[in-house]
Amino acid sequence: MSAVGYTSVAGQVLVVGGGAPLLTGWMRQIRARLEGRAGAGVLQPWRDLRKLLRKEPITPVGTGPAFRAAPALLVATTVVAAALVPLLSTDTPVRGHADLVLVVALIALGTMALALAGLDTGTAFGGMGASREMTVAALVEPTILLSVFALSIPAGTTNIPAIVSGAVHEPARLTSPAGLLATAALAVAVLAETGRIPVDNPSTHLELTMIHEAMVLEYAGPDLALVELGAQMRLTLLLGLLSSLFVPWGIATSASWTALAVALVLLAAKLCLLGAVLAAAEVFWAKVRLFRVPELIAGSFLLALLAVTASYFLSGAS
Amino acid sequence: MSAIPAALATATGLGGAGALAGVVLPYRLRVPVVGALTAGVGVSGCGAGVAALGGGSWAATFPGVLPLAGTYLAVDALAGLFMAVAGAVVAAVAVYGIGYATGHGAHGLGSRTAQTALPLFALTLVLVPVAASVSTFLVLWELMALASLLLVLAEHAERASVRLAGVWYAVMTHLGLVLLLAGFALFAADAGGESFAALRAGASAVSPTVRGLVFVLTALAFTSKAGAVPLHAWLPRAHPEAPSPVSALMSAAMVNLGIYGLVRTGLDLLGGGPAWWWLGLMAMGGVSAVYGILQAAMTSDLKRLLAYSTSENMGLVLIGVGASGLFAAYGDRLLAALALAAGLLHVVNHAAFKALLFCAAGSVLRATGVRDLDRLGGLRARMPATAGLFAFAALGAVALPPGNGFISEWLLLQSLIHGLQVPGVAVAVVLPLSVALIALSAGIAAAAFVKALGVGFFARPRSEEAAGAKEAPALMLVGMALLGAACAALALVPGLLGDGLDRAVAAVGLPGGGAVSGGALKVRIADLSASLAPLWVVAALTAALMLAIGLPRLYGRRRRRTNARLWDCGGGAPTPRMAYTATSFAEPLQRVFDDVLAPEQDVDVTPVRESAYLVERVRFQRRVPDRIEHRLYEPLLRTIAGTGQAARRLAGGSVHLYLGYGFFGLVVLLLILAVGW
Repeated sequence: MSAVGYTSVAGQVLVVGGGAPLLTGWMRQIRARLEGRAGAGVLQPWRDLRKLLRKEPITPVGTGPAFRAAPALLVATTVVAAALVPLLSTDTPVRGHADLVLVVALIALGTMALALAGLDTGTAFGGMGASREMTVAALVEPTILLSVFALSIPAGTTNIPAIVSGAVHEPARLTSPAGLLATAALAVAVLAETGRIPVDNPSTHLELTMIHEAMVLEYAGPDLALVELGAQMRLTLLLGLLSSLFVPWGIATSASWTALAVALVLLAAKLCLLGAVLAAAEVFWAKVRLFRVPELIAGSFLLALLAVTASYFLSGAS
Repeated sequence: MSAIPAALATATGLGGAGALAGVVLPYRLRVPVVGALTAGVGVSGCGAGVAALGGGSWAATFPGVLPLAGTYLAVDALAGLFMAVAGAVVAAVAVYGIGYATGHGAHGLGSRTAQTALPLFALTLVLVPVAASVSTFLVLWELMALASLLLVLAEHAERASVRLAGVWYAVMTHLGLVLLLAGFALFAADAGGESFAALRAGASAVSPTVRGLVFVLTALAFTSKAGAVPLHAWLPRAHPEAPSPVSALMSAAMVNLGIYGLVRTGLDLLGGGPAWWWLGLMAMGGVSAVYGILQAAMTSDLKRLLAYSTSENMGLVLIGVGASGLFAAYGDRLLAALALAAGLLHVVNHAAFKALLFCAAGSVLRATGVRDLDRLGGLRARMPATAGLFAFAALGAVALPPGNGFISEWLLLQSLIHGLQVPGVAVAVVLPLSVALIALSAGIAAAAFVKALGVGFFARPRSEEAAGAKEAPALMLVGMALLGAACAALALVPGLLGDGLDRAVAAVGLPGGGAVSGGALKVRIADLSASLAPLWVVAALTAALMLAIGLPRLYGRRRRRTNARLWDCGGGAPTPRMAYTATSFAEPLQRVFDDVLAPEQDVDVTPVRESAYLVERVRFQRRVPDRIEHRLYEPLLRTIAGTGQAARRLAGGSVHLYLGYGFFGLVVLLLILAVGW
């Protein structure tokens, strides 16, 4: 049992850590093809990371420990979250600790570390990015926690493996109005948390419209590699979390090697599919103005609130 | 159980000695001696509290001490929890205060008045929960208010704003006292006795209307003391203007007693009540949480930010207490116990991190003389210990792991999420909204404290005062380190508090659920469960951090870091004036919450004389006033002042008129008597 369990935790961290650049490359490739470009290939983010890691570490004059520690902290919070979220198996040694509120808080911790690093540089762009990132993060928080609330009602707990295995055994939970509404709400929240279109444009080159990129403008070399890897891992993790919560089929619920192998293949397929959908959607969407973002988030909040009330009243009626 | 009375007697003796020393001793000896005695008050008070949390209890009556009523004292676990918190905060802050007041001169906190009031304030903070009758409670409560008022006014000679803050505080705290007096008088008259034991016994016989009235009156007074919106107006004025150790005591120990009073009266003496009491309390808590932290995110005054954050945290505690009462009203006593435990745990956590935050802000203020974040910056290089401690406390305040605030907010969220099993439409509407408000306040708190830390302590100094800052003296650092250790202990092993917390909850008659025990938090009610292990989270984060730092180092070829100029998109080496300020950091949030905050701005364009198109000078000004103060208090004050002005015409100075009033009054009185009323 424990060998399979530990393998699946290690596998989750490896899939998120190693697969994140591939997923990003895959999404960029799809986008490029849809836009009529050849694209740089799926492996390009890996090549970028390798190049950056070999460069000289640089400390800009006037920055402090917060600036230096933030990239590692960003990656570390994501690694812990990846170990907790049941991407491959619900039967892991850490399943008792895999609390949904904790995972959300860990992700917020990474955001905060990066915002502090942005302010630590003392440049106007760093502060601007930090300010916008924290604003968006503050507004997204209610949506996320209400979705957590809605998801935890049928399972009776905020423990993610329990929620996921409950949904595997009782698929009706997912197709209920509450489940669908919570999916939609959480999907918008994930877009905002990972800084994708329509909230933020990850490939923008115009500083004034940047959110995430503005915070990390001063990073170079290995630090930049960690920041990029951290952002890619967060995207992978959150897409994985979405798929675990709403398309849980295939995730191993028992400790067997075959189930784990099947789960690995299915996880890769789900992530590729979700990534492809997101990339395709981004081709057709435009980034909204910064001060229209609250409207989007307010909409998702409403969905989440509806999800909770629907879940309460529907479960009360039955 | 002789430990509790002995510790209380020691605290009282030391407090009295401290007050005496404050009057008698010359300045050089005054500050260290009074500080040491105050710390002794704190330690013995904390000892008494811990003994009570450990299962001890004590009660005594001294008929001769207060004329007419006598003095009733009693200590149970609930009182013990608040005594332990107040005592611990007092002890650490007193050590800090010695360093703060030394070398500051014999004015401000070092003055005779302030040093006399300080031990008395500390003593009353510890003793208020011991009171077990209405008169004893009110006497101690008022002594606490007066001592703290003197301390708030300590720096009155230096800034006019201190005097204004003093007036606001004096008026609001005494209005609160009047409400308390009215509420308790009503209660005691109907319950047939003024000792808490008599009130508890007689509460069930009191009619529902009177019970409701008693609850509303006392709850208004207590929530005002706790700084809950809309009765918070004194708090963001008094806390910033008080000397920093006093701010720490007020924010971390005094406001807690508002919560204590509420729990004691609402859940214990009145024995719970109908749902509308608690729904009202939760609404107040939710509004306080969001409004408080929103104002904190807007302000650029470091101590005002912390004061508003106190409003926010007390709001969260009120949500917990309100939810507890609500669940109890619907008959789910296990969940009620869980929600109350979450609220009380948050009181403890908030006390630890807020005392540390105010102390760190105080050492910044002492080193620079500046509270305005827009003029600070660069302090992490000049005051590394202070900056580190502030950052650590801020981690608790933003309720993210591994900070201590996360643990209590997690427990609070769990109690609310699990509360949906309680039947009732009101519950189904209120709980999701509460969760959303808690989440929103946590999100905005993150923005507010990123601002405080990032703008105040990081980057480069924005003024000469900040550039010349020096690290705080050793005693201040010792005091802050003690508080930091408390934060760390609460964050890593909340289980230390577990049994005590259960006993405190059991003291109001709810079954302790054992939510916090050992190294982990476990919630287990019927078929519901959740768990959190803070030590595990810290260990996992540390391991992951090692991984994230180590792997790139193994792979990378060049490991020596080289310094380079800031790039800034090719702009290169920006001046500190170009850095983001606290005001600009808060601008997006302010724009999003425009309708709630109603900022005032005016643009003043002066053209040159020759042409209207050439501009000589543009002045832009923006303020984010406290809207509740603006829209609620100011019209009220204007109306009162207007009524007073109008009434002046009644007293024109003519003796004939006054005799006429006398005659008229007598006739009316006689008529009433004649009609036979």
